[in-house]
Amino acid sequence: MSRQYIIRRLLIAIPSLLGISLVLFTILALAPGDPFEELATNPAVPPEVRAALRAKFGLDDPVWARYLHWITAMLQGDWGFSFVSRMDVDTLILQRLPVTLIVIGSSQIIAILVALPVGVLAATRPYSLFDQVANTFAFIGFSLPTFFTGLLFILVFSIQLDWLPFVYRADIDATGWQFYWEHIKQAIMPVMVLGLFQGASLVRYVRSSVLDVIKLDYVTTARSKGIGERKVITKHVVRNALIPVVTLVALQMPIVFGGAIVTEQIFRVPGIGSLLISAMLANDTPVVMAVTFVFACLVVLFNLIADILYGWLDPRIAFR
Amino acid sequence: MAEPLLDIQGLKTWFKTDDGLVRAVDGVDLRIDRGETVGVVGESGCGKTVTARSVLKLIDMPPGRFEAGRILWQGRDLIPLDDAEMNKIRSREIAIIFQEPMTSLNPVYSVGEQIAEVIELHQNLSRKQALVGAADMLKLVNIPNPERRVHDYPHQFSGGMRQRVMIAMALSCQPKLLIADEPTTALDVTIQAQILELMQEMKERFGMAIMLITHAMGVVAETAQRVVVMYAGKVVEEAPVGALFGDPRHPYTQGLIRSIPRVDRSAGQQARLESIPGTVPSLLDPPPGCRFAARCKYAMEICTQAIPPLKEVAPGHRVACVL
Repeated sequence: MSRQYIIRRLLIAIPSLLGISLVLFTILALAPGDPFEELATNPAVPPEVRAALRAKFGLDDPVWARYLHWITAMLQGDWGFSFVSRMDVDTLILQRLPVTLIVIGSSQIIAILVALPVGVLAATRPYSLFDQVANTFAFIGFSLPTFFTGLLFILVFSIQLDWLPFVYRADIDATGWQFYWEHIKQAIMPVMVLGLFQGASLVRYVRSSVLDVIKLDYVTTARSKGIGERKVITKHVVRNALIPVVTLVALQMPIVFGGAIVTEQIFRVPGIGSLLISAMLANDTPVVMAVTFVFACLVVLFNLIADILYGWLDPRIAFR
Repeated sequence: MAEPLLDIQGLKTWFKTDDGLVRAVDGVDLRIDRGETVGVVGESGCGKTVTARSVLKLIDMPPGRFEAGRILWQGRDLIPLDDAEMNKIRSREIAIIFQEPMTSLNPVYSVGEQIAEVIELHQNLSRKQALVGAADMLKLVNIPNPERRVHDYPHQFSGGMRQRVMIAMALSCQPKLLIADEPTTALDVTIQAQILELMQEMKERFGMAIMLITHAMGVVAETAQRVVVMYAGKVVEEAPVGALFGDPRHPYTQGLIRSIPRVDRSAGQQARLESIPGTVPSLLDPPPGCRFAARCKYAMEICTQAIPPLKEVAPGHRVACVL
C-alpha cells in the first residue's frame, strides 16, 4: 500500500467535491423558499429591514456570486451561520456528527458481523435448512423499510416490554458507567434497525459471492492439498469472495446515510440527519448546504477506504 | 504379482441432476503399479476427470455419489474414509494437477505461500522453513530466480509457468502418485512438450507413479507405459502402450488412433483426417448393450443387447468388445 496512492486519491477527491458542492448549491438556489419568508409574514418587521437583511447576507446576488462567496468562505473555515439556531454551522455540525457516526458505524459493523458468517455458512450448505431460514430472514429484513421496523421495535421493546428508551437523549445526567450504559441502551434500537436492514441485503450478497467462488478451480486445488474444509473456506474462499462485497458496501454508503436520516427521525437521534431535516423545513440554507456537503465528503471518504481495502484483499490491483 | 499402488474396482460415480441420474463413471476398473505411468484417454465427457477426482474424493457430494466399487490405495479402500482421513492422503500420498493452470492457483496469495501451505501442513515445518522449501521446489521445476519469484502472485506468471508451479506444489511432499488431469490441454504446443518433459524428469527423480489423463493420443504414446481407453463412463480397452498403438482391438480405439493427424503422409495418400462419426451417448439414459454400438461400423445385433465384458486377448491387453 503506497502512501503516494492515498495522497493521489485524496487529491482526485478535491475536484469531485467541488463539483458536488456546485451542483448542491445550484439546486438549493433554484429551490423555492427563502430563509426570510417567516419575517415577511411577521408584521413587526418592516419591509425595509427585510431588504437590508437580504442585502447584508447577499441573498439578492446572482447564484454564481453567492457560490463563489460561499466556497471561499468555506475554504477559510467559515461554514456560515444558521439563520434559525443563530449559531455557527460548523459548531452545529460538530455537535451532531459524532452521534451519527457512532450510530452508522456501529450499525455497519453489526451488519458485517451478522452478514459474513451467515452468508458464508449459507453458501457452504446451499439449500440446507440453515440456508433456507437465513434466506427467508434476509428477504424479510430488506423488504421491510427502516421506518416500519423502527416503529415495530419501539412498539415491542419500549412500549410493550419497556426495556429500552425510545427517545434518544443527549442530556443524560449520569456519570461513569451509568452514563455509558444509558447511551448504549438508547443507541441499541437505531443501531439494530439500521444494522439488520443493511445486514439482510449483505447476507444475500455474501452468499452469492461465496457461491461464485466456491466452485472455482483454485478451491478444488486447495481441497486437494488436504488442508481441511474449514481452512479452505476461511483462507481460500472468503478472501476472494469479499472483494465484490467491499465494493457493494462502499456503493451502499449513500443509501446508508439516507436510511440513517429516516432512522434518526424515528428515534429522535440528535444526529446530522435530523439536523438536515429540521434545517430543510426551516429553509435554513447554510445548514442544509453544509450538511449535504458533509454527507458527500463522508461518501467520498468511504469510497477511498473501500479502494484501499480492495488493494489489500487483491494483489492484482496495482496502486498506480 | 506385487500389490498395486492404486486399484480401482468397479467404480461407479453417479450424479443426481434435475434431468435425472448421470452415470459419469459406470463401473471402471483401473490399476496403477508403483512408478508406472498410466495414460487414461477418451473424448470429453467420457468420465476421465470424474474418475481422477473420485480417487482424491474431490467430487461434490451431493450431487455426486459413489454408487458402487472400491478405490484401493495400497490395499486400503478410500471410499469409506472421512474427510480427516482423506486429508492425510491428499497431497502427501496422492497429488493432483489440473487442466487450467490459469485458474488453478488462488489469485490473492503468492505462489510461495500456496506451495508452503502444503509443505507446512504435511511436513510439520514452520512457515519460514516451508517458504524456503517452496523456493527449492520452484527451482526444481526450472523457474528462474526462484528466491524472488516465490513472492510473486499467480497473475505474474504465464500459463506454462503456472503449470510448473502446480507441479512444484503437487510434488512438494513427494507423493507416490501424481494425477495429471489434462495437464497440457490448455497450453500451447511448445509449452506442452516442456511440461511433459518436466513431468518425466520429476518422475525419474522421485519415482512416483503418474495417472495421465488426456485426450491427446500423441501425449500418451510418448509418456505412458500402459493405456486405458474410456468411453461413456466405461473402460473399453486396456493395453501396454506398444500393443495399443500396434494392435488396437476396440473399434473406438482404432478410430481414435486413425484420427491422429499425420504429417508423414502426403495429401494424396490420405485426403482427409478421419473422425469417428456420431457423438457420445447421453449418460443420463445410456443405451443397453455396448455404448459405442451406435457409432461402430462393425456393430451387430448382439452389440445392442448386452454390455460386453472386458476380456483378455493378450497378456495385459483387455478389450470390451465381442469382436
